[in-house]
Amino acid sequence: MSDSLQELYGRTGRTITDRDAQDITRVEELSYDLKTSDVMSRDVQCLAPMDTMRAVFDLLRKHHISGAPVIENDSLVGVISQEDLMRAMADGDQHAPIQKYMTKKVITVKSYEPVVKALEIFARTKIGRLPVVDENEKLAGMITKGDITRGVLVAIRKDYQEEEIRRYRASHLFEDIISDRTSLILRYKIKPRDFTNGGQASSHIKRALLRLGASPQLARQCGIAVYEAEMNLIIHSNNGGVLRVQVEPRRILMQTSDDGPGIPDVKQALQPGWSTASELARSMGFGAGMGLVNIQRCVNKMDIESAPGKGTKLFMEIHLRSDEKFKAPPESPEGPGV
Amino acid sequence: MRLSEVIQYAKGEVLNPSIFKDYEIVGGCGADLMSDVLTAAKPGAVLLTGLCNPQVVRTAEMADVRAVIFLRGKQPTPEMIELATQKNIPIISSQKGMFELCGQLYKAGLLGLEASWSDYHE
Repeated sequence: MSDSLQELYGRTGRTITDRDAQDITRVEELSYDLKTSDVMSRDVQCLAPMDTMRAVFDLLRKHHISGAPVIENDSLVGVISQEDLMRAMADGDQHAPIQKYMTKKVITVKSYEPVVKALEIFARTKIGRLPVVDENEKLAGMITKGDITRGVLVAIRKDYQEEEIRRYRASHLFEDIISDRTSLILRYKIKPRDFTNGGQASSHIKRALLRLGASPQLARQCGIAVYEAEMNLIIHSNNGGVLRVQVEPRRILMQTSDDGPGIPDVKQALQPGWSTASELARSMGFGAGMGLVNIQRCVNKMDIESAPGKGTKLFMEIHLRSDEKFKAPPESPEGPGV
Repeated sequence: MRLSEVIQYAKGEVLNPSIFKDYEIVGGCGADLMSDVLTAAKPGAVLLTGLCNPQVVRTAEMADVRAVIFLRGKQPTPEMIELATQKNIPIISSQKGMFELCGQLYKAGLLGLEASWSDYHE
């Protein structure tokens, strides 16, 4: 994390949790994503070099601001601040032109630069506000730390809300629909040897689980299991097969089925390193005989039903921990709603 | 270490700059076998690989890999770049070899985010 961000968000000196880390990462990303022009104030009160210091006093008081840029022929020629004004007042010099007291070497930030650039300048110089100029060095606006904080908060709230709404709708599925046994079934047809699109179904499944409110760990665990299973269909099945996922409040059932060729020796197929995969599958980084072993590692229960000439059914089941479970309807008197 | 620093070590080129973000990278994983990545790589790792096909991007997505570096000058196809862009995974092409880049990054303080197979066979 950059120094300026640490200063801005004051996270130093305490333990950073995963949740914090996620938020910080997003804030950091935003400090690179957002441009100064996205967060700056455009409605800027300007003065001219020949205006008097009295005019500065009136302007700052009227608009409750602590400084203003000084413009001549559309160009930024200086900035005048409360401190400059105090110096002029101390000299009894309120009728002097601004150019006598203004700062002429102005530090600026470009409108197309990321806000992190402005943060770096704030941290380095202790300046509180910066003029933002466009590619032609013309004044485009002013930026303060407050503008940045506001801009970041608005952006976070926006993408948080968008995702929350999608998640809210999906994750309340199990609460809104009352039945003795509610489940959501996702079904995908998998084509044989389709290495180009292989993994697409698993990708959709992982995304769906996240939308339903699964933790990233749970979605990853299921994603890896179904991806290995999907690749098995692509690599081995004669005519492709079906990948089916059944999401229930307390468990996720995943299943692939195909109509051949079938596994002659299931026990052997479960040996780490045993593989009958083609050269093509191997060239894709699979077929090392680790797929089923890896699935076993990801799920709570795995079963294979297979016979040569008949096809293969692979059953996988993941039990959700109590803190992970999808929002379930109130339990029926007969017991859990599964 | 920042992803931009990782790229400097790799002398690499970002192939989907539109989604590039200068993520903080805590560790890495080097593998050509995608099953190894699925089993052993921990979430958030940068993946260094000599394999170059769409399944690398899919695997990266499933295993929550932060960014992928294709080594030895391998060039992903436009379709792969498009897929990675959709999935928000920065992909980088580097002329360096696996051994060299892994070594340099490890020496520079990047942790290995690879677990051993035996960890799962207790």
